[in-house]
Amino acid sequence: MIELDAFRAETRAWLEANCPASMRTPVASEEDMCWGGRDFVFQSQDQRLWLERMAARGWTAPEWPAEYGGGGLSHDQAQVLREEMARIGARPPLVSFGVWMLGPALLKYGTEEQKRKFLPPIVRGEIRWCQGYSEPGAGSDLASLQTRAEDRGDHWIVDGQKIWTSYADQADWIFCLVRTDPEAPKHLGISFVLFDMKTPGVSTRPITLISGKSPFCETFFDGVRVEKENLVGELNRGWDVAKYLLGHERAMIGAMGQAANARPLGELAAERLGRDDAGRLDQPMLRARLAEFDVDAFAFDAALEETGAALAAGRAHPAMASVLKYYGAELNKRRHELLMAAGGSDALEWEGARSNGGAAARDWLRTKANSIEGGTSEVQLNIIAKHLLRLPGA
Amino acid sequence: MLTEEQTLLLEAAGGFFAEQAPVALRRRVRDDRKSKGVDAGLWRAMGEMGFAGVLVPEADGGSGLGPVEAGLIALAAGRTLAPSPFLSSGVMAAAALAGGGEAERLGALAAGEAVIGLAVDEEGRHAPDRLTCQAEASGNGCRLTGAKTFVLDGAAADAFVVAAADAEGAGLFLVEGGADGLTRETDVLLDGSQSARLALEGAPAQRLGGADLVERFLSLGRACAAAEMTGLAEGVFALTGEHLRTRKQFGVEIGRFQALQHRAAHLFCEIELARAGTLKALRLLEADAADAAFAVAAAKAKAGQVAALAVQEAVQMHGGMGMTDEADPGLYMKRQRLLDRLLGDADQQRELAARALGY
Repeated sequence: MIELDAFRAETRAWLEANCPASMRTPVASEEDMCWGGRDFVFQSQDQRLWLERMAARGWTAPEWPAEYGGGGLSHDQAQVLREEMARIGARPPLVSFGVWMLGPALLKYGTEEQKRKFLPPIVRGEIRWCQGYSEPGAGSDLASLQTRAEDRGDHWIVDGQKIWTSYADQADWIFCLVRTDPEAPKHLGISFVLFDMKTPGVSTRPITLISGKSPFCETFFDGVRVEKENLVGELNRGWDVAKYLLGHERAMIGAMGQAANARPLGELAAERLGRDDAGRLDQPMLRARLAEFDVDAFAFDAALEETGAALAAGRAHPAMASVLKYYGAELNKRRHELLMAAGGSDALEWEGARSNGGAAARDWLRTKANSIEGGTSEVQLNIIAKHLLRLPGA
Repeated sequence: MLTEEQTLLLEAAGGFFAEQAPVALRRRVRDDRKSKGVDAGLWRAMGEMGFAGVLVPEADGGSGLGPVEAGLIALAAGRTLAPSPFLSSGVMAAAALAGGGEAERLGALAAGEAVIGLAVDEEGRHAPDRLTCQAEASGNGCRLTGAKTFVLDGAAADAFVVAAADAEGAGLFLVEGGADGLTRETDVLLDGSQSARLALEGAPAQRLGGADLVERFLSLGRACAAAEMTGLAEGVFALTGEHLRTRKQFGVEIGRFQALQHRAAHLFCEIELARAGTLKALRLLEADAADAAFAVAAAKAKAGQVAALAVQEAVQMHGGMGMTDEADPGLYMKRQRLLDRLLGDADQQRELAARALGY
């Protein structure tokens, strides 16, 4: 405890001295996020500096071992770091699928050589990763994926198509599920491989969503050469790696349900729609819905704290990530439904500086994917029924 | 997360209630009007285990523990609908008497011998900020005049903690069961517990504390009621899960049907949230945190909503059997209704939560 207090004091002082003032303002849009990568254009010198300083300490991946560039912090220390960053409103120095998803999978399944090669550039934000999972014919039934890897001795030739690949058009490398044994039962013929998006034969096409934005792509592979040294885990056992990684993805999407430093919705609504003589929000029906939401958000935050910590420490059933994913996604959708209700007619704006480019409406529409991406809500309920409730036939 | 000691306490309490107070005990107490709605033997056994006096200082014969531990006992008791006066006496009366000067009574509480009824509501509603029951100073003590309803464990009580207003505002008062000027009528409630309606006409009373104590007393009671409802939801959900895994229709276990799987899985998530929220509220109460008031209201609202869903799904998924008195889901349903009502239902808690958040 005393050691932790010392760590807190030290961390606080370091953050105070090293976090630029402009990096202590809320992230207002996608453009404010630092994704890193070979082609990333920093929004400001401060954004670059903040990433470099944090990466130098390994604090972009606080709990990874220091030998792979991580911070080497204990779970408690990492929690202190998060709290101290939240205290000054520090932005995340790096938003990274490498940190959230690939890194944990490499730490568990990667070879020593793979860890040394791939983890440090992730920590430094030098390589941006994307995830090649879903295919046009393999959505909820992911294991039926058809992208084929043909054995050519020291390498594979990959042919096929992925879809819903987040930011594939901006990513440097991809972690990808491919079929290496078409004869085996569907879960047992899949391998998990890594390759550079600049490899000949890789092409991407952004998909415009109902929000008018294109965070997802179609990704095509036409005779793409993949070295065998870039196989993660055992041949044909990629499904194990995929499931492990999906757990991390789900915990991440679930965390969207948490209102990080957000202003209370009721306050926002009262500002727009007015208060009655007793100081209450002037729309009783909306007020009741907001209260119901705030109660659920409180309980969800508590569950995220409790179960999130237990999951990270390996003390909870891995399927508990599905509980957080399911509830967090549904909660985030509700939050944005209420934000639209609370926003009045201003929330209908689609363009222009006053509405920050129609942020309210676009964000609202974007959240509709929360209960689809990373496994639909219905798939999460299937997983809970099977693994946590052990219902027959689930 | 729970500390090691807290985990052990929850396990010990879970084992104790499963063995000493299975649902059948509530059924027996309900069917025996002379029980006055509680099982005296169970309450004494809870005294021996240190549960009855969880909040009573060690110097007075109790365990000297805090809100989290009290909540864990309530949670375990909720799983089997244990018919004890734990909420009224072990939690709320212990909190009301914490001001001191009642060593003997605290000792009797900790031993599971005293039962103290909870007299807060008036005219069938929970409105502790609009008390009509009045206290007037008289000699060393005071005298209470007014009427109370839904007095929890009022039939079995040998004394009452009464919320009343005096010149300083709301306060808590101790009234003996046999006091002059007190008349008690008992009511048998839907869950087999027996409450009372009290008429106070200048009944002698001891002042225990003012508005701060009332606040703390209500918060602790609400948080532990939330814990009992969380346990209740867990208990009835376990019955439902077992039924889904074993009951066959169309030649298969009904738990194979996705329509039921998804509802059960959703309910599982809701119970996780109710438990996490309740534990968080108990911890914030223990730390005397500024946002404890919101957290307690939110936790009770959540636990109330979730337990209501759990009992409704239990009856529905048990089918016709769920409607019979012989099966247990109905007992859970009735107790849930009482616990939600107690100290303000989910709607009232949401109202408190909204006010605490400034809208």
